[in-house]
Amino acid sequence: MSQAATTAGAAPAASVATSEQYNYAIIKRFAIAAVLWGVFGMAAGVWIASQLAFPFLNFDIAQITFGRFRPVHTTAVIFGFGGNALFATSYYVVQRTCQARLWSDSMASFTFYGWNLALVLGVITYMMGITQGREYAEFNWQIDLIILVVWVAYFMVFLMTLLRRNQPHIYVANWFFMSFILATALLHVFNNIQVPVGLFHPHSYSIFSGVQDAMTQWWYGHNAVGFFLTAAFLGMMYYFVPKQAGRPIYSYKLSIIHFWALVFLYMWVGAHHLHWTALPDWVSTLAATFSILLLLPSWGGMINGIMTLSGAWDKLRTDPIMLFLITALAFYGMSTFEGPMMSLKSVNALSHYTDWTVGHVHSGALGWVAMITFGSLYHLMPRLWNVNLYSLKLVYVHFFLATIGIVLYITAMWVAGIGQGLMLRAFDQYGNLAYTFTESVVFLHKPYVVRAIGGGFFLAGMLIMAFNIAMTVRTGIKAEAREAQAASAEARTA
Amino acid sequence: MMGLWEWITDMGNSKIVALLLFMGTFIGVVIFLFSNRRRAQKFETYRYIPLDDDDSHREPVARRDKTKSDEQ
Repeated sequence: MSQAATTAGAAPAASVATSEQYNYAIIKRFAIAAVLWGVFGMAAGVWIASQLAFPFLNFDIAQITFGRFRPVHTTAVIFGFGGNALFATSYYVVQRTCQARLWSDSMASFTFYGWNLALVLGVITYMMGITQGREYAEFNWQIDLIILVVWVAYFMVFLMTLLRRNQPHIYVANWFFMSFILATALLHVFNNIQVPVGLFHPHSYSIFSGVQDAMTQWWYGHNAVGFFLTAAFLGMMYYFVPKQAGRPIYSYKLSIIHFWALVFLYMWVGAHHLHWTALPDWVSTLAATFSILLLLPSWGGMINGIMTLSGAWDKLRTDPIMLFLITALAFYGMSTFEGPMMSLKSVNALSHYTDWTVGHVHSGALGWVAMITFGSLYHLMPRLWNVNLYSLKLVYVHFFLATIGIVLYITAMWVAGIGQGLMLRAFDQYGNLAYTFTESVVFLHKPYVVRAIGGGFFLAGMLIMAFNIAMTVRTGIKAEAREAQAASAEARTA
Repeated sequence: MMGLWEWITDMGNSKIVALLLFMGTFIGVVIFLFSNRRRAQKFETYRYIPLDDDDSHREPVARRDKTKSDEQ
């Protein structure tokens, strides 16, 4: 097994110099928070998936029923796991590729505490039944304001670090991170324009109404996928894939075209979530057209990432971290093919309002977002603490558990969604609906059980990762303490 | 000139304006990338930035503790 896969990389003197040159403390905090939120968020996901299969599991406790716990799951995994991982990796990548320390340590710390405070408040308020009722933006208006302030601080830290760079060129990964920061700010502000009921009242009303409100919501919703869950993680990919492979990205020109095509096209596709509604037909068609066009940059990026391994495919046999990164790209390719296909109005007529959509989201979220994050964190953690990873075997175990979990999840949701869609559209010879809604719910039971089992596999992998990371960090902390002792003893004898 | 400005600011023409603006910019980016061979080659040199990190060539030595991955 390749030792290079877990190489921390530096001798003591270099380590000290590196930690002075760069702010690693903030990255460590965000990285650990990502793992903790990952465990919590995925456990919440498995719990609500099990509730759908076995409804008695809500135990008549309002706080943990599906309706309240579902936003807890989505917030914890998207913003807790994904968000903290993005803060960690963006701060790492911008420092390493600009060869400059983060602009302000205190401001960076503020982003850590502010972001995680907002998430904790979000989880508590959702469980209390306080929600804005906008998907992936359920935070009430006071929390929205906290997020806004944190995001401005994040933008400032990132921008100012770019400005003080010691590299003439801004590496493309930073372009993706910057587009994610700017687009998320735009989306967050316009999707959350609300009129509060009162200064100390948690509820508020959207300034938009009717179909415009739905349009704003899905303009936000799909661009959150596009910029938070895609562009930002592509930034991660453009740094960690070459780094782990020890080879430069396949084509830098392709990465530039990938970037510009992606940012030009993504903003237009949100309305494909609203096919066959009160939306004007031309808006639907526009969204579907741009969704199809989006296939080109998406696959361009995937090919760019995967071809980085060209001539070194043997690494997939020896390096489990590389397995995570390349499999993530394969899932990225798969879900960015499935997405445009589902955006076609004819396909959408079958898939919309069914579990196919849920399966599609999870092939992207688990297959792409989580896998690329796992690979990046496995690369990052040993380097932050300057030790080797505790166990490579456990990384393999994690990889196979995660992959089996995803396959079970997606196939179960394909069966559930397509079956459900066909049942809801079936007519008998007299033109009446062939199935009742209850019959479609009964049909869903078995796929739901398989989905919960798939989620269980994925969660088991996450727990193994948490253990592996905890042991790695523990080793690093012990080594740091020993070094400090040795240094002080040396100082005394001198 | 005023007529053109009025046409651009007419919301009824916003779709065509947006199309020309974004498509034009994107085509401009592609032309910029590929029109000059020296510039294209210069861009390709930026691929190596992540590998310029100061720790990429080092092996872990004194600092690291024995962990399970050492034995594997």
